[in-house]
Amino acid sequence: MTAMRTVESGAGGRAAVDHRPGVAVTDAEPAAQPFVGRPMPRVEDAALLTGVARYADDLPAKPGTLHAAILRSPHAHAEILGIDTAAALATSGVAAVVTGADAKRVASPFLVGVRAPMEHWCLAVDRVRHVGEPIAVVLADSRYHAEDALDRIEVRYRPLPPVTSIGQALDPASTPLHPGLASNLVNSRSFRYGDPEGAFARAARTVSIEVEFPRNSCTPMECFVVLAEHDAAEDAYEILSNFSGPFAVHPVMAKALNVPGSRLRLKTPPHSGGSFGNKQAVFPYIVLMGLCARVSGRPVKWVEDRLEHLMAATSATARRMRIDAAVEPDGKVLALRMEQTEDCGAYLRAPEPASLYRNHGNLTGAYDIPHLAVTNRIVVTSKTPTGLNRGFGGGQLYYGLERLMNRVAAELGLDPLDVIRRNLVAADAMPYRTASGGSLDSGDYHATLDEAVRDGALDALKARRDALRAQGRLYGIGYAAVVEPSISNMGYITTVLTAEERRKAGPKNGAQATASVAVDPTGGVSVHVSSAPQGQGHRTVLAQVVADVFGLGVEDIRVNTDLDTGKDAWSIASGNYSSRFAGAVAGAAQVAATRLRDRMAALVAGSLNSRPEEVRFAGGKVFAAGNPDNALSFSRVAAAGHWAPGTLPDGREAALRETAFWTPEPLKAPTDADHINSSACYGFIVDFCGVEIDRDTGAVRIDRYVTMHDAGRLLNPLLVEGQILGGFAHAVGAALYEEYAYGDDGRFLSGTFADYLVPTACEVPVPVILHRESPSPVTPLGAKGVGEGNCMSTPACLANAVADALGGPVPSLPLTPAKIAALIHPPEPPRPAAAGAAGAVGAPAPSASGGRGLTGEGSREVPAPPEQVWAILLDPKELAALLPGCEALDHAGPDAYRAEVVVGIGPVRGRYTAEVALSDLDPPRSLTLTGSGASALGTGRGTGHVTLERTAGGTRVTYRYSAEVGGKVAAVGGRMLDSASRLLIGQFFEKLVARAGGAPAPAERPGLLTRLLRFLGLNR
Amino acid sequence: MPPLKSAVTLAADARHTVTIVLNGAPRTGQAHPRLLLSDFLRHELGAHGTRVGCEHGVCGACTVRIDGVAQRACLTLAVQADGRRIDTVEGLSQSNEGPNQGPNEGRMTALQEAFRRHHALQCGFCTAGILMSLSDYLGRNPKPTEEELRDMLSGHLCRCTGYAGIVRAVMDVTGQTPEPGAMGEAAHV
Repeated sequence: MTAMRTVESGAGGRAAVDHRPGVAVTDAEPAAQPFVGRPMPRVEDAALLTGVARYADDLPAKPGTLHAAILRSPHAHAEILGIDTAAALATSGVAAVVTGADAKRVASPFLVGVRAPMEHWCLAVDRVRHVGEPIAVVLADSRYHAEDALDRIEVRYRPLPPVTSIGQALDPASTPLHPGLASNLVNSRSFRYGDPEGAFARAARTVSIEVEFPRNSCTPMECFVVLAEHDAAEDAYEILSNFSGPFAVHPVMAKALNVPGSRLRLKTPPHSGGSFGNKQAVFPYIVLMGLCARVSGRPVKWVEDRLEHLMAATSATARRMRIDAAVEPDGKVLALRMEQTEDCGAYLRAPEPASLYRNHGNLTGAYDIPHLAVTNRIVVTSKTPTGLNRGFGGGQLYYGLERLMNRVAAELGLDPLDVIRRNLVAADAMPYRTASGGSLDSGDYHATLDEAVRDGALDALKARRDALRAQGRLYGIGYAAVVEPSISNMGYITTVLTAEERRKAGPKNGAQATASVAVDPTGGVSVHVSSAPQGQGHRTVLAQVVADVFGLGVEDIRVNTDLDTGKDAWSIASGNYSSRFAGAVAGAAQVAATRLRDRMAALVAGSLNSRPEEVRFAGGKVFAAGNPDNALSFSRVAAAGHWAPGTLPDGREAALRETAFWTPEPLKAPTDADHINSSACYGFIVDFCGVEIDRDTGAVRIDRYVTMHDAGRLLNPLLVEGQILGGFAHAVGAALYEEYAYGDDGRFLSGTFADYLVPTACEVPVPVILHRESPSPVTPLGAKGVGEGNCMSTPACLANAVADALGGPVPSLPLTPAKIAALIHPPEPPRPAAAGAAGAVGAPAPSASGGRGLTGEGSREVPAPPEQVWAILLDPKELAALLPGCEALDHAGPDAYRAEVVVGIGPVRGRYTAEVALSDLDPPRSLTLTGSGASALGTGRGTGHVTLERTAGGTRVTYRYSAEVGGKVAAVGGRMLDSASRLLIGQFFEKLVARAGGAPAPAERPGLLTRLLRFLGLNR
Repeated sequence: MPPLKSAVTLAADARHTVTIVLNGAPRTGQAHPRLLLSDFLRHELGAHGTRVGCEHGVCGACTVRIDGVAQRACLTLAVQADGRRIDTVEGLSQSNEGPNQGPNEGRMTALQEAFRRHHALQCGFCTAGILMSLSDYLGRNPKPTEEELRDMLSGHLCRCTGYAGIVRAVMDVTGQTPEPGAMGEAAHV
């Protein structure tokens, strides 16, 4: 791996720093300080590598703790007519079942960020609005027992029309998900900066693009965990959860529990298994489990499972964008006109609509585009509510913007890199005020781009493309240039409100970071921050920062990142999001440590015969600058305040602990003209890549990827590299593989890691990482965020490369082989009509209502006359024996039956209550079976036409069916449904043949079929 | 999936005694027949080092060695492990030094140390499973090519590292320099 850094010093000088993060770092050498800036291995790793680290689910639960399992909606949109919990309550081990009625009695709906009459409760009240929405919670002595009881809760629904796309949500005819709203368009705001109309009138031409960014999320390997207790005596909650912040959500939780914030003591565990923003979305479950603890009077523990996480935890927003650019012939963009429509899912859950406004100050990216018109629309759909996800709105924005810049180049016949160059903000314009009010704080974008081209060897990549194309291969090069915002302004979200509404609500701005530094009686130094790290290595970096301030070793600094809102310093901006650690939190730690050191210096100066500003801290000693030989040990000086406060100069307070609250100076509230500096600082990224498309399969292979970052000062290059590699891997997933897919009727289709495809070691290449360091003038250490940038730049860069390879338009993300193959291959001939005895099952096809549809047809020879086959089919007892998994079948009227059927698909199995009706009876020639069923697993309905035809050997039974399934089965079984239905029908006919006197149904024989059946959970 | 060793008839509603040799020491606990080995290790025996990431056999976080062979603890029932040797991440470093050596880092294996040097982990949630797979795999294939290694690692999902540090760590600890080209930087420049 190549890694090279160029450092711009504040004085404008430059020095090349060649560290090679690809080469192993050694343990902290006893080299001289500073530690900041050095690639140091992490203090976190020993515990993680040896298995002793404690994540939330590893922490002890009190005796008597109840375990929660959540019943979730199988419907995308339905009215809840009734919930019967009696059978569940009678199940072994069950202590309580909590429903929306309890929520209504004890809790309140969540606050919503825009003024709109929509209620979002921690448990569905009256109505469900997405598949997976919590409906009831079973509390039992074990998770196993709690899950057993879920199947016994009976919920009656009245299905309502779902809203499953942005287009549908914008259609005034769509059924409003929230009855208080006239439509599914929740909020719309238009902004105008500069003179966009004039620029469009003046420009040589207009170039436009329309794109849609799909739903996906970063799926941390650890799911959500909540341990909740309620103190009935004081009506106070104590809850531990792997919540990541922002703690602006803490007031939302407290309000939903109807307590002041001081009575919601929220703690975070010592280790968290990743978040990437997603663990913000545990907050409704913190409230839900608080409710459960209060209702049951016992501690409650809930651990989300992966099926729940994929189905209902959170998602990045889907966004539809149309952008017009007013363009000069040389590629200079004079103005942009943007229309963004954001799909926030079923509820506008805090802090949404932040995804849409997080980048408001940098809507024009890295470009000098002075005129801008924007229309932002927010819609609700019958899908999982959205929230924080690495890149947070940036992937969506830059996918539109960078595809547009690529289109500008294509339409004008220019080199895409020249178009980027022509529009980049100039170095001498820094700090640059963007049209919408952002303040790009530092950097030389042109020089950075030139370095990327040179050190990333773009010329060689172009030569490779030409050579491969000459061989007839599909090869393309793509580019992207973006600014990476970090340290969110807590006020940007209020840009969704009008100036008048903002005046009423009071100003919101800033981004408080907190850090406490303390010395103990042995002279040890401890640091506490409210950054809620999720695996990045905050403890290591903070030890480096604070060690430098005190002239100590990294091992002398003990960093504690557990957070307890009942005891620790925190504020609404606390938490782990918007790349705020390096700039804001590490900066706040340096501020706190420096204040404590300066207080110590003031106290000790007299005994060193020195002035405070001349006191130095180095090598574990404290001394006067002019007299290093007369040194006191650091521990002696630090501990003096504990042991001998009487020796302090008169009236002076001991220097034992310092807490700093630091907020970046440039973060103001939105102006009346809606200008907003949405982030404190802005890094710069320029990427280019070469991709090859397999002509046969349509698969995209990333041949080379170069990513150049200017993230200000790098505090620990090893960890910075890790952040870039991880962000890049997420972006590769978003660009090529991952999507939360829904059927047109709102059924969720991506409920396992076999359906939601996360890239593995075989799919993620190693990018070439380059750095340039332009320290931020805004942050104490000059650092900017770095963890999200590639989630913003890489999807666009890869899509631009695919466009170059294909020489034309690009399908929507993810760029799967199927979508690309459909573009490069001629249409396939129609499939031959199904024939023969084997039967055929069609591919999952949109059903009448558009869901996960299954169709199939086939025929089978049965060795009995049609009359006998007819008699079997119409005899309930016989039919019960033939239906796979049928445990009971009773008459429910003339030619109608009620059946209990147990079906399992993949990892889920459940008991369906099915209504089966026979119609169009034409004995003994044909009939129609219509069935529908419901269970905790979801819903299903289908129709089958059966005809009986007399043949020499008996009867030819021909069948044609169409079916659709929803709920959990559709979500987890996407890849298995076809084969499962084929097997079920196969079983049915095997038994029918046997029953009609043919060869006996084969006994269970070990073999492929049996193993497959077992795998599918169909073999009972 | 290992077959049951004991010939005892299992009753669904009864708890059965399960004895395993966990990282070299015999441990006994109680398990209903449906209890997953992952839950048995974590919640019955308190061996939390094995993590649970998907419970459907895809992510690999729960990988342990059963009689030496790397397997998913979430796809194994505790009763299937009865009488067998189970090795988990907690046991990796024990053999290096005696007990009470102070900070764990002094006792880590060469592979664990390489993970640390190469920043092969961030949140660490997938790490235990990867280490267990590697400890089995490298015993059978001590010098894998990068392509072979990536193929093996594809049985594990990691969301933090992009796998780069993991590959580097293994190539380092097996005495190999990462080859350019295989999946990493294109070899042509």
